[in-house]
Amino acid sequence: MLRRDAMAAVFPDLERSGTVVVTIMGAVAAELQDIGHRSNFFYLQHAMGLASSMGLGIALSRPELRVIVFDGDGSLLMNLGGLTTMARYRPKNLVHVVFDNESLLSVGGFPTATSTGSDLAEIARGAGVPRTSTVRTVDEFTRAFREACEGGDLTTLVAKVDAVGPKAFVTDLSLLENRYQFQRHLTDLRSRSEKD
Amino acid sequence: MPVSANASQIIYDSLRASGVRIISALPETWLVHLVRLADDDPEMTLVRLAKEEEGVGISMGAHLAGVRSAMLMQNHGFLAAVNGIVSGAQLYRIPLLMLISARGSFGERDPWQTEGGLVTEHVLDSLRIPRIHLDVQADVARTIAHAQTLAYSASRPVAILLGRGLMWED
Repeated sequence: MLRRDAMAAVFPDLERSGTVVVTIMGAVAAELQDIGHRSNFFYLQHAMGLASSMGLGIALSRPELRVIVFDGDGSLLMNLGGLTTMARYRPKNLVHVVFDNESLLSVGGFPTATSTGSDLAEIARGAGVPRTSTVRTVDEFTRAFREACEGGDLTTLVAKVDAVGPKAFVTDLSLLENRYQFQRHLTDLRSRSEKD
Repeated sequence: MPVSANASQIIYDSLRASGVRIISALPETWLVHLVRLADDDPEMTLVRLAKEEEGVGISMGAHLAGVRSAMLMQNHGFLAAVNGIVSGAQLYRIPLLMLISARGSFGERDPWQTEGGLVTEHVLDSLRIPRIHLDVQADVARTIAHAQTLAYSASRPVAILLGRGLMWED
């Protein structure tokens, strides 16, 4: 499965009002922006490992939102302790997707520990995440992603993807422009829901 | 335990008054009362961390989602969180209120704290994080309010170092 195809398959779900998406840097950010940027997407273009923690911070702050994190194997391996924190607070509105290409693609494809048998879904399960699974095709991914969104409980979904990425990783969306646009989107959602 | 319950209460009340609604923490001796106060407060969300750097991510998310937060940690925890602070909170201009227990300074009996005590302020200065050392109860409320104000006006991390004179009753 190509990560880009997986993200494109669920793109309509990502655009839904009340959904917010936090991604890691690298191929995930570049490919999602290429499919289409929306004001409810935030790309954490550094601070490797912390996308899941950011998702947790948003999910705890705004239980009415659906929070999607697009993580990666290299990033998650840097913050395995964060899985125990996510599981401990178990936000029902957080869907944690891990695109596992078994490599650090953007720096030349160095293999990560998932290439030698470390199983991130099992690690998440052991950390206490109530719903975990591993998928290998776009159809399986789409089904599991939608189930996770409707499932009403914290989910870590590991999607095994090919170690193939975009030609370029730098996009024309500046980091701070993205940050303020995303914050404003979240503020607007709140003031709209308070008016209703 | 000679950790000052009185000072901890004043610090906690000042955090509440400055609008903090999420506290992420990794407990250490000087912070036990503060963590318990946060845990007992139904209007506060306490996030107990595995490692301090996670707290930077949580505070980034909370800020963008419109909720004020603070981090409680030891100075060694601050050292463990440095990359998140630099390539997360600073890169993305996030107001981040950090309360850091300043272990390893004058009066420290634990040998393992002393090396961190030597470098904490230098690292904060190298990162250009505004810092203030709190040692007197009477200064707590105003200093925390001022720190929060600067964090928001500058959109940057700020650090309050909680000193032995404030936190420890010998």
